[in-house]
Amino acid sequence: MKKSIEKILQNRELNLVGLIIILLILVTIRSPRFLELRNVERIVNDTAILIMVAAGQFLVILTGGIDLSVGSTIAFSGMAASMLNEAYPAMPVYLILLIGVLVGTALGAFNGSCVAFGKIPPIITTLGTMSIFRGFTFVLSKGQWVTAHEMTSAYTMIPRGRLFGIPNLTTWAIFIFIIMYYFVKYTRHGREIYAIGGNKTAAHFVGVSEKKVNFMVFTISGALCGLAGVMWTARYAAAVNETATGFELQTVAACVLGGVSIAGGSGTITGVLLGALFLGIINNALPVVNLSPFYQMAIQGFIVLAAIVANVLMEQRNEKKLLNRRRQ
Amino acid sequence: MKKTILELKDIAKYFPGIKALDNVDFTIRTGEVHALIGENGAGKSTLVKIMTGVYQPTKGKILMEGSEVHFGTAHDAQAAGVAAIHQEASMFTELTVTENIFMGHHLRKKGGTLDWKAMRQHTQELLDRLELDINPDTLIKNLGTAQRHMVEIAKALSVDAQLVIMDEPTSALSLHEVEELYKIIRQLKDEGKAIVFISHKFDEIFEICDYFTVFRDGQYIGEGEVATSSVDEIVKMMVGRSLGHMFPKKEAAIGEAVLDVKGLSLPGFFKNVSFTLHKGEILGFFGLVGAGRSEVMRTIFGIDKKSEGTIVLNGHEIHISSPRLAMQRGIAYVPEDRQEQGAILEMSLSHNITLPQIDKISPFGVLNKKTEKTITEEFGNKMEIKAANWKVNANTLSGGNQQKVVLAKWLATDPDILILDEPTKGIDVATKAAVHEFVSEMAAAGLAVILVSSELPEVLGMADRIVVMHEGHVSKVLNRDEANSDNVILAATGHEEGM
Repeated sequence: MKKSIEKILQNRELNLVGLIIILLILVTIRSPRFLELRNVERIVNDTAILIMVAAGQFLVILTGGIDLSVGSTIAFSGMAASMLNEAYPAMPVYLILLIGVLVGTALGAFNGSCVAFGKIPPIITTLGTMSIFRGFTFVLSKGQWVTAHEMTSAYTMIPRGRLFGIPNLTTWAIFIFIIMYYFVKYTRHGREIYAIGGNKTAAHFVGVSEKKVNFMVFTISGALCGLAGVMWTARYAAAVNETATGFELQTVAACVLGGVSIAGGSGTITGVLLGALFLGIINNALPVVNLSPFYQMAIQGFIVLAAIVANVLMEQRNEKKLLNRRRQ
Repeated sequence: MKKTILELKDIAKYFPGIKALDNVDFTIRTGEVHALIGENGAGKSTLVKIMTGVYQPTKGKILMEGSEVHFGTAHDAQAAGVAAIHQEASMFTELTVTENIFMGHHLRKKGGTLDWKAMRQHTQELLDRLELDINPDTLIKNLGTAQRHMVEIAKALSVDAQLVIMDEPTSALSLHEVEELYKIIRQLKDEGKAIVFISHKFDEIFEICDYFTVFRDGQYIGEGEVATSSVDEIVKMMVGRSLGHMFPKKEAAIGEAVLDVKGLSLPGFFKNVSFTLHKGEILGFFGLVGAGRSEVMRTIFGIDKKSEGTIVLNGHEIHISSPRLAMQRGIAYVPEDRQEQGAILEMSLSHNITLPQIDKISPFGVLNKKTEKTITEEFGNKMEIKAANWKVNANTLSGGNQQKVVLAKWLATDPDILILDEPTKGIDVATKAAVHEFVSEMAAAGLAVILVSSELPEVLGMADRIVVMHEGHVSKVLNRDEANSDNVILAATGHEEGM
């Protein structure tokens, strides 16, 4: 019995599931209707975009990098797609979706080129492009918004439609999760990402190309931001210049909560999914439990920090055990 | 004249679930160099940590000059006159020599502000005393490894230590620098200091140490005078078996030439290097640190780019521009530093072992888990890797087993040429013997092996021919029967040039 509890405590994902359950119990005590199916569906749907973008951020962090430009990339691709929809209402919306993804891919590829070929550290590169892409958004829109009545209903229905009763946005997130799960676990490129993040020199010595991997992860992150941009503007039926400001930090938080090492080389997409859901629950729970909005932000930050600290402490404990066992 | 300075009585250190040290007695006297001997995992590091206050013993007593002491922190031990020089220099690379030497015990002026002038002057005196040509204001990052070690020694002297513990101090030093170190050690000894010297190398122990204590599996095994003991006796104490098993060289039929290197050059590292490697041969590469041996191997493997020269493989000239190409040509390179360049510690054993041939096991980019499993099991078992299963991460293994993982991953590529760069550096004697035996078997089976090593007994014991390098040149090539420690050392130090 004690052994099996130990095993559970050693699994970071299960730790997080535990934390989520505790959080849900606490919230449900204050507000019993929180766990109603409709509300759960809403929470998941609200978190869907975070899941998609965090999946891209996950790959970048696995290599030991960071992508701070995700918010700006979302804003730019969302703005581009919305303006296209406004200018050509007859254009098929899935073509617009594709273009949005391609725009994001291009921006991601730019980041990837700077890092892979320009040898600029990821944090510097994306700190720069965070402003550059945001600036491009203003230039593109000339500071104007695209509002609900300027979008076609087909466009706004991309995330809002339902298939088998599940909102499309949620389906997209599930789809991305499955693809990413398969990608990191069962493909050569996925394995190479872990190799580069785990030990660049050793990876180089067995012929894994750091350039290729760096370029790839930023490009994928960009593509997912492109998708998220379309989803975001369509879901809220508005493309504003400030879309997704500060979103990069949420994606990083989701990864760290989910146990992805900031130093690179370790972490799972399941962890990231749980990390994102944890954040989503907090975002939705705090208004429900009637806290003053003035406190909400601080409390949210506090909970996230506490969760990360708890998770890290748990891991350190395990590591110590591991070392002791090794000495035997 | 000799008197006991530090005495450990019935010391034990338990970690949850294991006894790292048990029933240990250890006595250190002034004016004596005391060798602490044992395999990796024998408990040497734990003992050093107890003597320096990093760990506190679970039970037992520490007596300093006859009275019981408690080292609650590293600071306490330092104040009592115990200083340690660690194996991997633990220095602040962005700070100057002076700042490093006085870190933790800064000199202060009356007002409490730091007295940098006095500290700098004191540093200069220390460096002069050690006859080191180092400016006290140099940043540590601008110093070579050997110089860093010397600064560590200066640091130990700066606290006026009565007892200096040196944990494998020579592992990064060249022969000349080792001589310098010996000189300093003898000087310290004459001053009546006590020295604990930890080393894996027997030639060093016999050169510099007076007394030895052997540990195995956390237990005290025995002690004695170095002068009246033999290597074989000490090895028996360490591992419970004798030296003959260390170098199980098998006679192999030397076949045709597989690799012919002519006039290879890389400016700044090596020049005009030529040698031939045959099937079934173990070709030893000996030289001092910085002689350019590793760089030659890196160039052959496509990591560094040659400026001149030709590489002929099986009769055809080849141009290798990347490790991937080298691997396709049947060359495998096991790099020098397994932690930095070999294993990926956060990855599972099976992922590590299959990484070099990841393109082969993933048709259309999708990993074939079955092939992965077959390869892992075949080579993991062949190398006798001790692990719970193949899914555990490499960092859960001991150093010796990690090295076996690195060897397994390269052997799995089915190479014709295997380049081993310091394959037994820092691993315990038992694993060392296992690696030697394995290499010998592989060569007997027709593999061509290049063995780069800084350990003379290893090269002499294992190689069919020895290429000796000195400052980027090949200074001599010796056959197995004509090579001995004298002519190899002479060639390595540049006293005997010519082929």
